[in-house]
Amino acid sequence: MAKELIRLSGLTMTFEDGETVLNGINLYINDQEFLTLLGPSGCGKTTTLRIIGGFLTPTAGDVLFDGQRINDVPPHRRKINTVFQRYALFPHLDVYDNVAFGLRLAKLDENEVDRRVTEMLEIVSLRGFENRKVTALSGGQQQRVAIARALVNRPKVLLLDEPLGALDLRLRKDMQNELKRIQQAMGITFIYVTHDQEEALSMSDTIVVMDKGNIQQIGTPQDIYNEPKNAFVADFIGESNILDGIMRADRLVEFFGRQFACVDAGFAPNEPVDVVIRPEDIDIVPADQGHLCGTVTSVTFKGVHYDVIVDFKGFKWLIQTTDFQPVGSRIGICLNPEDIHVMHKSEYSGQFGDYSSYSAEYDEIAEGGDDEE
Amino acid sequence: MKSRWLSGPYILWMALFTLIPLGIVVYFAFTDGAGGFTLANLARLGDYLPILLRSAWMSLVASAVCLLIGYPVAYRIAHAKPSRQKFYYLLVMLPMCMSFLLRTLAWVALLEDTGILNNLLRAIGLTPLPLIRNSGAVILGMVYNYLPYMIMPLYTVLVKLDPRLIEAAQDLGCTPRQVFTKVTLPLSVPGIVSGLTMVFVPAVSTFYITQKLGSPGSVLIGDVIESQFKAAYNPNLGAAISLVLMALVFLCVGLMNRFSGSDGEEGVATL
Repeated sequence: MAKELIRLSGLTMTFEDGETVLNGINLYINDQEFLTLLGPSGCGKTTTLRIIGGFLTPTAGDVLFDGQRINDVPPHRRKINTVFQRYALFPHLDVYDNVAFGLRLAKLDENEVDRRVTEMLEIVSLRGFENRKVTALSGGQQQRVAIARALVNRPKVLLLDEPLGALDLRLRKDMQNELKRIQQAMGITFIYVTHDQEEALSMSDTIVVMDKGNIQQIGTPQDIYNEPKNAFVADFIGESNILDGIMRADRLVEFFGRQFACVDAGFAPNEPVDVVIRPEDIDIVPADQGHLCGTVTSVTFKGVHYDVIVDFKGFKWLIQTTDFQPVGSRIGICLNPEDIHVMHKSEYSGQFGDYSSYSAEYDEIAEGGDDEE
Repeated sequence: MKSRWLSGPYILWMALFTLIPLGIVVYFAFTDGAGGFTLANLARLGDYLPILLRSAWMSLVASAVCLLIGYPVAYRIAHAKPSRQKFYYLLVMLPMCMSFLLRTLAWVALLEDTGILNNLLRAIGLTPLPLIRNSGAVILGMVYNYLPYMIMPLYTVLVKLDPRLIEAAQDLGCTPRQVFTKVTLPLSVPGIVSGLTMVFVPAVSTFYITQKLGSPGSVLIGDVIESQFKAAYNPNLGAAISLVLMALVFLCVGLMNRFSGSDGEEGVATL
């Protein structure tokens, strides 16, 4: 088992204007782990990162690094480097001098500086760009300079604040693979902040889902996706249909007036619960053969699949299917026990998982205008 | 089409009050009193070289003092709470709302041999000091009058400095002092260049300050030009000296912009 490197205990942050952005967070981060802080704007993820980096001092709670309390250690004395949102490269220096900045401060011998800068530029595929002005580089290239500038110091921990937010989709995918490769090759702990759930799922060892200054769930990408703890997590990670249900017994849940077999247990008898059904888990069958049947109200082509909105007694579900279903057709659905995930009720119950107001633009609105906190 | 019309009044203004007068200055510089072509005016410039150099030197000292005083002020204002910045900025601008002449005369009243400061010294039993009619008083007058021109461009540059760059520097191991020398200072060079230019240019051609605060023997080039027009009635020589002064100013501005590298465009823009 990997060794613990950073521990946050009871971390609370209240800004001068009285706004509390972190509510007593407890979290530990292992050495060489790729940990992602995931959540919507204003959830406290960037604040957490800035506290670890030393740019903010928490109002309460402790930050421990290798067992040492580092609350009051200034950033320049921490063995932590940061890749900033929008990179923050020094515009008065060229690529080489940007990357060499930290090494020269550490008073390394100029030959050693040269060797390590060259090696690092090789890793991020920027050989030959040494004397370019950073302002003349593309977004992707600036991004790689920022990563090289941080990694060349061989930190124990690298903090990344939405580093891919300003890149286009294609470049973002390439850089995701690149970052993961660098992290594994160099054996450095990465703490990564993003609001992009897909990015978090594909890169992380551990995901920490945050909202309103609280940690909602900590787990592996599989845990988070398959076993969301509450309606917020279920909705934020992927698409989810979330229904009101009642747990009749272990492995037996009732919703839409009908009982379904499921795999969840350990709830109180007749406890009201939230039931999550992932849109891609639902099997479409002819109307007369299904557990439930409803009417298709909208179909959107998404490339790999269709997003189909189906009206079940006034409650609209999202179903993802590769088979085209025309609007207005009656279809049935079949639910296997493992397709049904049952969660305790939470403050988020009833806020998510209803596709009644669904529109195709919805996703894009939610994703755009979200990069600044 | 529309934008061309909008710039019309300015172009007309420039032509009427800058280009045509400049042409007249050139004409006067190369003619004698009767209007014939001559290089005699330029030939006489050698006599005024020491004064020209002295003017340049004193303006340079005044610019440097302005920088030393102005930088910390601009830095403090740029790092104050946004709500207070406007107020501090207003304080810096406040003296400029008063007449230039009045401000200089106020210094005369302060520094005179029987002025406020010396009277105060006498009152507490000390010997009065020769505070006025020397180069120091002239430089003081320049600094006092032109300091806001130094603070304004410095403040503009410093307030726009991305705070993330400061954090990046700290993150990479800079102590607060190194943050300043390695990031803040190099990035404020365009502001420094603008500030130096904006102080140097009016200071080098000033005449009123020297007349009120300087010693009668040591005039600056601005006084010489003024006297050619007003006392010696030799506008041709005055025009020639003006022309040389202009060349000198352009040379200085050019040098400073070169010094600031490719960011120099900001320096020119504020001129």
